[in-house]
Amino acid sequence: MKSAVLVFPGINRERDMARALKLASGQESTMVWHAETALPKGTDLVVVPGGFSYGDYLRCGAIAARSPVMDAVRAFAADGGLVMGVCNGFQILCESGLLPGILMRNAKLKFLCHDVHLRVERSDTAFTRGYNARQVIRVPIAHGEGNYTADAETLKRLEGDGRVLYRYCSPTGEVGDLHNINGAAASIAGIVSEKGNVLGMMPHPENHVEDIMGCTDGRGLFAGLVEHLERAA
Amino acid sequence: MTEPKITPELVASHGLKPDEYERILKLIGREPTFTELGIFSAMWNEHCSYKSSRIHLKGLPTKAPWVLQGPGENAGVIDIGDNQAIVFKMESHNHPSYIEPYQGATTGVGGILRDVFTMGARPIACLNALSFGAPEHPKTRHLVSGVVAGVGGYGNSFGVPTVGGQTRFHTRYDGNNLVNAMAVGLADADKIFLAAASGVNMPIVYLGSKTGRDGIHGASMASAEFDEDSEEKRPTVQVGDPFAEKLLLEACLEIMAADCVIAIQDMGAAGLTCSAVEMGAKGDLGVELNLDAVPTREEGMTAYEMMLSESQERMLMVLKPEKEKQAEDIFRKWGLDFAIVGYTTPTLRFVVKHGGKVMADLPIKELGDEAPLYDRPHVPSPVLPVIHARDIAAPSSIPDALEKLIGTPELCSKRWVWEQYDHVILGNTVQRPGGDAAVVRIEDGPKGLAMSVDVTPRYCEADPVEGGKQAVAEAWRNITAVGGKPLAVTDNLNFGNPERPEIMGQLVGCLKGIAEACITLDFPIVSGNVSLYNETNGRGILPTPSIGGVGVLDDFTKSATLAFKAPGEAILLIGETKGWLGQSVYLRDICGKEEGAPPPVDLATEKRNGDVVRGMIHAGTATAVHDIADGGLLVALTEMAMASGIGAKLDAAPSSTAPHAWWFGEDQARYIVTVAEDQLLTVLSKLKNVGVPCVQIGKTGGHAVAIAGERAVDIKALVHAHESWLPNYMSGKAS
Repeated sequence: MKSAVLVFPGINRERDMARALKLASGQESTMVWHAETALPKGTDLVVVPGGFSYGDYLRCGAIAARSPVMDAVRAFAADGGLVMGVCNGFQILCESGLLPGILMRNAKLKFLCHDVHLRVERSDTAFTRGYNARQVIRVPIAHGEGNYTADAETLKRLEGDGRVLYRYCSPTGEVGDLHNINGAAASIAGIVSEKGNVLGMMPHPENHVEDIMGCTDGRGLFAGLVEHLERAA
Repeated sequence: MTEPKITPELVASHGLKPDEYERILKLIGREPTFTELGIFSAMWNEHCSYKSSRIHLKGLPTKAPWVLQGPGENAGVIDIGDNQAIVFKMESHNHPSYIEPYQGATTGVGGILRDVFTMGARPIACLNALSFGAPEHPKTRHLVSGVVAGVGGYGNSFGVPTVGGQTRFHTRYDGNNLVNAMAVGLADADKIFLAAASGVNMPIVYLGSKTGRDGIHGASMASAEFDEDSEEKRPTVQVGDPFAEKLLLEACLEIMAADCVIAIQDMGAAGLTCSAVEMGAKGDLGVELNLDAVPTREEGMTAYEMMLSESQERMLMVLKPEKEKQAEDIFRKWGLDFAIVGYTTPTLRFVVKHGGKVMADLPIKELGDEAPLYDRPHVPSPVLPVIHARDIAAPSSIPDALEKLIGTPELCSKRWVWEQYDHVILGNTVQRPGGDAAVVRIEDGPKGLAMSVDVTPRYCEADPVEGGKQAVAEAWRNITAVGGKPLAVTDNLNFGNPERPEIMGQLVGCLKGIAEACITLDFPIVSGNVSLYNETNGRGILPTPSIGGVGVLDDFTKSATLAFKAPGEAILLIGETKGWLGQSVYLRDICGKEEGAPPPVDLATEKRNGDVVRGMIHAGTATAVHDIADGGLLVALTEMAMASGIGAKLDAAPSSTAPHAWWFGEDQARYIVTVAEDQLLTVLSKLKNVGVPCVQIGKTGGHAVAIAGERAVDIKALVHAHESWLPNYMSGKAS
């Protein structure tokens, strides 16, 4: 799996992401600077990592979404290439038009860092095939603006098309206000694009891939991507 | 623009005493210019010159074979083998955080991170120690909310995990909260960058953000007491920009890797003045600055303003001349300012030019070396009586007292605080906040780093010497309790007005205790910071010498945690328990008395007990380990139960000790260790052979903390009490 990790000024989880990708695929990923206008040849997966691109001083992700490299990413996605955005990366993908909706301030207005449980809604996608449908996984969040929302029509379509892949839930998989840590519409933690090749999610699976962090539930996502690409090849 | 005339009022408004001004006249043989007066006030205030504390800091041990750099540089450096070095320091940002909590705290974190990466290290962890006023004080909630958001706001965006710390409340911090921030970085041991310039005619480069009018006289403000008008000093607080700092970090590490740098110094307190003077003076060189080249973000800034601005995210660097273009390209790539603002000279003069005129021309060495040095009068704190357990009322029920204590502001969970800090970024956090010490993996392992920040201010107030010893011993013990070998310390000394002999006595006493402990425990001090004048309307804070300890684990997978691991294991109490209730949390929060002498610290016993516990962790016999601190034995046991969901079945207190003193006494040098049943006899006989007191006090199991003959308290109820207070308080549901 040849992965390209985008680096915008202020991105800070690119090393975490590269480590997780290497662990799953055995291959080093390429760091791609925001000013580049092309992706490395043969890229299988583009990852937009977490952080505070441009300090999040305008709207989160708004400036990064207009960087030169994003034109290349849009073209890559239009051709069906796999793109994954985590945390600030999710915000950037929404701002760049690759995913619908927007991430608002957390309902309780504070930055939050702790483990959450996610229900994997289906297992037949590139981004979830490492899990079983309805499986509950534990991964950390670290964000102040992860409260996903979209207009009613878009939300209806997301649900109808089965494009919500990850939802905040209880340790046993119940979804509800009590477990919806940031107030997201329908407890949405991660969605895919219409063609199913662009994922955006707020939690950090890349931080739960090694025993040292106390949990390896994030591995499934990366292992599933590797498997998907191997089968496609 | 013409500069104002020097008058006695102008001198006084710069915080310089008449005799200090006389010293200036004698030193330069003429009346200083306005800019020069500003430079002297920046260099000679308490914050920058350590004029009250310097004489006493000399007694601290600062050397060990593994110490690569002791105090005096941007941060301390220790060698952890394999050409890896740990760079760390703690610094206060107390005064600004009281005036403007969010920005005060962010710039505190930003400043300490800069100190660490200035030396060539990539920051790998942050910690902090926060002291706030009484919960019922009307400003406390606002300050907690702003400071915590500020600490998180900077570290989260910069991208460093904030892994540990302390948060306390006490009425003596009502008018002066404390924000002590610690940063820890990893560097190559053979690539440490220092501040001393070398070579004549070398370009001095200004890097980072532009200079504005913010923070002018910040260091002087931090060197004076507060009064009712202090909030008018808001304009002296700087504004933090973690985004700019993240870019500065990446750019600095990149030009260091490209071998462009001769010397580097961050612009912290007293900004351009302090950094330029230090670089020259340490390298036995003069410095000439041309302020016309300084990037500014405001029009018409005077030389005086530029020299005293404390705008953040700036650095000064002496560059290898042949690498100028390469260095500039790297900085431009990161979108940062880069300007040559001066040169080193052979003259030993500090010359500042602006608009073609010489605005200052001062002897560079004397600016630092000839700063006033005071041996201020000091009196020892009165000796308080030892309080006997028999003179302290027993609670109506031990379990009731436990339930109350575990939910007090002192002992409650600080989750509300540390969940606002990203503590998992970088993916190396082996032990997250809430344990004895935080543990992070070094790169891909197997080495790990254990870190803890500690001090018990009520002990320091009651007996500065014992309190100083205890602060160091506690940090050493916390690192030991996770299996780390304690290596070195950064100290952040927060005290009141040193011009009062009793405050100076606290400082001198604490330093004596700290020095004794550091020597006996082989735990040298490699960096630190002193913050005095923490007083409002003549009332000083509790003496608060925060100790930041760092230790190494050869194999992070062998670190111990405090959570019970399995039911049916033996619970051992290591160390001697006399039942010391003087200055205990029990005495204060249950009996309403802050009285008596604090528990004495026997350093030889600390070392002996700690070395044995660490050995048990490395041998794999200890399954869970926790040091016993605030709240005593029963609180420590409860913390182990809450962390695991496994209960404890405990024997009754021995007849030789009053039950409340047994369960809540705060005797030092103690640990709780669990071992598997089949290891019990071996462990007991081993510890007996080395003369370390050890008794079995119960077994793990069940879902409650249950003392024989007392009501069992369900873990769920304890967790509820423990977790509720702070979130309820912050949402206005409790006071």
